[in-house]
Amino acid sequence: MEHTAHVSKTALPGVGTRYDLNTDSGRHISVVVHQDGRRIVAFHDPEDDDNCKDSTPLAPYEATALSKLLMPDPVGHLHQHLEIDLVTEHIPITKRSPFAGRTLGSTQARARTGASIVAVLRRTDAVPSPTPDFRFALGDTLVVVGTREGVDAVAELITGG
Amino acid sequence: MHDTTALLIELGAVILGLGLLGRLAGRVGFSPIPLYLLAGLAFGHGGLIPMAASEEFIATGAEIGVILLLLLLGLEYSASELVTNLKTQYPSGIVDFVLNATPGAVAALLLGWGPVAAVALAGVTWISSSGVIAKVLGDLGRLGNRETPVILGVLVIEDLAMAVYLPLLTALLAGLSLAGGSLTLLISLGSVGVVLYVALRHGRLISRAVSSDNPEMLLLVVLGLTVLVAGVAQELQVSAAVGAFLVGIALSGEVAEGAHNLLAPLRDLFAAVFFVFFGLNTDPAAIPPVLVPALILAVVTALTKIATGWYAARRAGVKTAGRWRTGGTLVARGEFSIVIAGLAVGVEPRIGPLATAYVLILVILGPLAARWTEPLARRFTRKSSPKIAPKASPVPEQSAAGEPAVEAPAAETPTASGPTDTAHSHG
Repeated sequence: MEHTAHVSKTALPGVGTRYDLNTDSGRHISVVVHQDGRRIVAFHDPEDDDNCKDSTPLAPYEATALSKLLMPDPVGHLHQHLEIDLVTEHIPITKRSPFAGRTLGSTQARARTGASIVAVLRRTDAVPSPTPDFRFALGDTLVVVGTREGVDAVAELITGG
Repeated sequence: MHDTTALLIELGAVILGLGLLGRLAGRVGFSPIPLYLLAGLAFGHGGLIPMAASEEFIATGAEIGVILLLLLLGLEYSASELVTNLKTQYPSGIVDFVLNATPGAVAALLLGWGPVAAVALAGVTWISSSGVIAKVLGDLGRLGNRETPVILGVLVIEDLAMAVYLPLLTALLAGLSLAGGSLTLLISLGSVGVVLYVALRHGRLISRAVSSDNPEMLLLVVLGLTVLVAGVAQELQVSAAVGAFLVGIALSGEVAEGAHNLLAPLRDLFAAVFFVFFGLNTDPAAIPPVLVPALILAVVTALTKIATGWYAARRAGVKTAGRWRTGGTLVARGEFSIVIAGLAVGVEPRIGPLATAYVLILVILGPLAARWTEPLARRFTRKSSPKIAPKASPVPEQSAAGEPAVEAPAAETPTASGPTDTAHSHG
């Protein structure tokens, strides 16, 4: 049973394009896409459908974040069928951690806990999928994905708790 | 003092002053245009501080300002948008012209300024300000509204009409004979047609020829091309502004976007210089005598714009409230009224003060009209005809300066005859 929503498109000369969506619940939403990539999300007034009751401008990166939230969550689907419960956590490498200055391989995190270190955040950039020879530094933040128990075990391991 | 030194000091003071004024305008939430004009008035002939050294530079900067204003306007539109709008909205364009150009022409004739000034003043009252209106739509969160494409459509047609009107005006101002004027008009119409055709058919080729990954090269190529075309257009007695507008239309896609981003700061700088220059050349002492005609003209043309918007929105099937919003939003006049007046000042000096006063009134009144026309109209019409108008929540008090001077009709007229009764008050 795939439902498809009907979105209509209107050109706004000199501004960009407007997309309209009427929801099953009877509300009317517009998204204005500016030529420079900015977006405006607007909710139409149920009393006067021509008018927007409320609208929010979104910078491109904000629109990206919001669209990720609006995308139906694939993990949620898995959860319904396969009964796995994945969580994501950020674990910092503090002074107390035994792994500051040591490599990812030396933690043997996956073998011990089943959870994966999928990325390392260092100052302003992120290192996705770090290899086993990746060396942690003080102040790094590890992004860990796994079951609740697995992630907790990694946290204990890394923080030296 | 050395000439260049004096120039630098004066110019720096002026630009810094403009920046501070712009910040002030931003804080109050107003368009900076009226402040720039006032700054020019203050510095100009008969003003507080006469400028001498930088006059010539500012005059040249003003020329470039007009060219950049029109170039960026052209860059905002693609040729297909222009043609589509022209096809669907031309009746609104005609109504717009008849209702809003006529008061200006009549006013000039009543003042005894002659036919050429009448054509110029008609343009001043006819063209709404795309810049002010686009900003107001964004500020009021109405970009998603159903009437917004109608408003933008009217603006597009006005801008396209400028491409025909400006050469005609330039020819008349140059005192060309009927034959010479017709030739100029043919040339300009021909070039508009050719540019639209080429941009529609081969837009990608032009853009590829101009395109460059290096922003510096893109800036130089687009700016050089535009100024050159503008100069040639001026030489052919077609106005420089139109040449720039056509260059903007011919460029499309990524090139247009890149050029737009690069040139926008330049445009802001030189457009500000242009408004100051216009103010500089207007004697402040000449404004009080024309204040009353300017005020009458502003009120009349605010009403005619509301009627225009009502008609255009009705054609597009927008409901009552949206029609009032359309009309109120279109009231603002601004940069192009000044551009037109700037062209005409040489022939009829009295146009300058009148246009200045007129734009000062409407650039301030415009955003207020956009905000308040609909609620006021609704309140007045609900009394007389309890129809489908929904129970409106009371209008939230905004920090609008004073009472908005917007008219509301006594009764809702289903025609485009516009409001009749006026309840007028000034803030």
